[in-house]
Amino acid sequence: MNAPTYNFAYLDEQTKRMIRRAILKAIAIPGYQVPFASREMPMPYGWGTGGVQVTAAILGVTDVLKVIDQGSDDTTNAISIRKFFEKTAGVAVTTSTLDATVIQTRHRIPEAPLHEKQVLVYQVPIPEPLRFLEPRETETRRMHALGEYGLMHVKLYEDIARFGHIATAYAYPVKVNARYVMDPSPTPKFDNPKMDNCPALQLFGAGREKRIYAIPPYTSVVSLDFEDHPFTRYKHDACCALCGAGESYLDEIVTDNAGSRMFVCSDTDFCETRQAEGHRGSESAPYAENRHA
Amino acid sequence: MLDVTKAPVDNDQPLLLAEGLSKSFGRLHACRDVSFALYPGEVLAIVGESGSGKSTLLQLLSAQMTPNAGSVSYRMRDGVMRDLAALGEAERRFLFRTDWGFVHQDAAMGLRMGVSAGANVGERLMAVGHNHYGKIRQTAASWLERVEISTDRIDDAPKTYSGGMRQRLQIARNLVTEPRLVFMDEPTGGLDVSVQARLLDMMRTLVSELGLAAIVVTHDLAVARLLSHRVMVMQGGRVIETGLTDQVLDDPREPYTQLLVSSILPA
Repeated sequence: MNAPTYNFAYLDEQTKRMIRRAILKAIAIPGYQVPFASREMPMPYGWGTGGVQVTAAILGVTDVLKVIDQGSDDTTNAISIRKFFEKTAGVAVTTSTLDATVIQTRHRIPEAPLHEKQVLVYQVPIPEPLRFLEPRETETRRMHALGEYGLMHVKLYEDIARFGHIATAYAYPVKVNARYVMDPSPTPKFDNPKMDNCPALQLFGAGREKRIYAIPPYTSVVSLDFEDHPFTRYKHDACCALCGAGESYLDEIVTDNAGSRMFVCSDTDFCETRQAEGHRGSESAPYAENRHA
Repeated sequence: MLDVTKAPVDNDQPLLLAEGLSKSFGRLHACRDVSFALYPGEVLAIVGESGSGKSTLLQLLSAQMTPNAGSVSYRMRDGVMRDLAALGEAERRFLFRTDWGFVHQDAAMGLRMGVSAGANVGERLMAVGHNHYGKIRQTAASWLERVEISTDRIDDAPKTYSGGMRQRLQIARNLVTEPRLVFMDEPTGGLDVSVQARLLDMMRTLVSELGLAAIVVTHDLAVARLLSHRVMVMQGGRVIETGLTDQVLDDPREPYTQLLVSSILPA
């Protein structure tokens, strides 16, 4: 069902070559932001134009694509990007983390461990971790070049001074391969440890900012912290209401106007797989029974 | 002026050496053939009216601008004299945030106005690898105390500070890594007289306590008299007179210096 006017995976071959070159450079210098000639995509900036271009450049006919948005396979962004590549590339798609070879993600890393045959493509809104402290691009580039990262700790210092702990909960800065400080895109810091020594290739695409960066497989990724305020993961103190998982990252869902809420896995595939395996949470009992208990 | 005998005497090698510095912007010669030596612990004031090339000279000396001719060399902590133009950018920037300080006239240029005073002071420490929040904060607090800022303002951003407090915070931020040389560009400019007096008094104490060398650019001869050991008078990009502070200010030789000195309003 390829529309005949499109090249495979929408982008023309020259553009893909250009993007692949940027990707190769990014892999060669882990954590370094490589500029690339980002194209206009048939979607607005902020909807994953960077991720989509990276995916389009690496996608092959035999690939199996999974797209997630905040961990979920069935939100608008995930569905529309998945459909986009079904239409323009005709590749197989899946919601299973295990079966996918390319996973494009917005703001989550799947709970199921990734393996060597996979590429994780992140959509990145603001690639520069130092941006909110240093507005000049010329200056931040120089700071990266010279490895001057004291400023990053100023941000963490401010957090502790203001809130008593490092309150940065997402886009938590990491140091890649003991060299470049990198913004892991707005993933919750809960996911940061999964980036370290990950068997899968991780690619980051920022469409509006025209940057690509990468973490090659099995690369060290260290979250920045202070000796006396070490990095900690954060998650809601609850279990998933649908599958009972205690170790997954949870979304909070408000269920009425009286303040009731439930927590469910943000990774829908993880949650559904567990439910299929027979795991049950507090809310998965029949509705009426639970209500009148 | 400072008691000269307090300046360290064992340092007979210059800390900073300027030789034949010249800088022109097109037809305008901002700085012509300036040479001098600055010794450890010595405070040098550069005075002159607006447009006399003081600030350009400061920029040349602090390697923020490259001269058209001449050179600046600096004695590094290992005792080796190095030409600043030959330093790599990384070395120069490292020098700038460890062994040097730069106090701007406008505190907003030298501070991060949006982050807390504690982080402003701690930034240099974090930049050289300090990684213990408690210790950084403690150091910051003790420096705030030294510059007479109440420690309960440590978590306030400098944009909530008064002009005088901002200037004192800027000084603390610069001195936290115990630099050996501090550049000051009109450090008391834009402050009212009583605040100036307090600031000068504090700077004088710090400079003598820490044995700092300093180059102070000012158009205010009172600042030069209070802070410096030596004075250099500039006019039209040239150094026209140089000497001990009291000598130059009390017994000026050049007509222009005489004019400058006589134009001070009687207190």
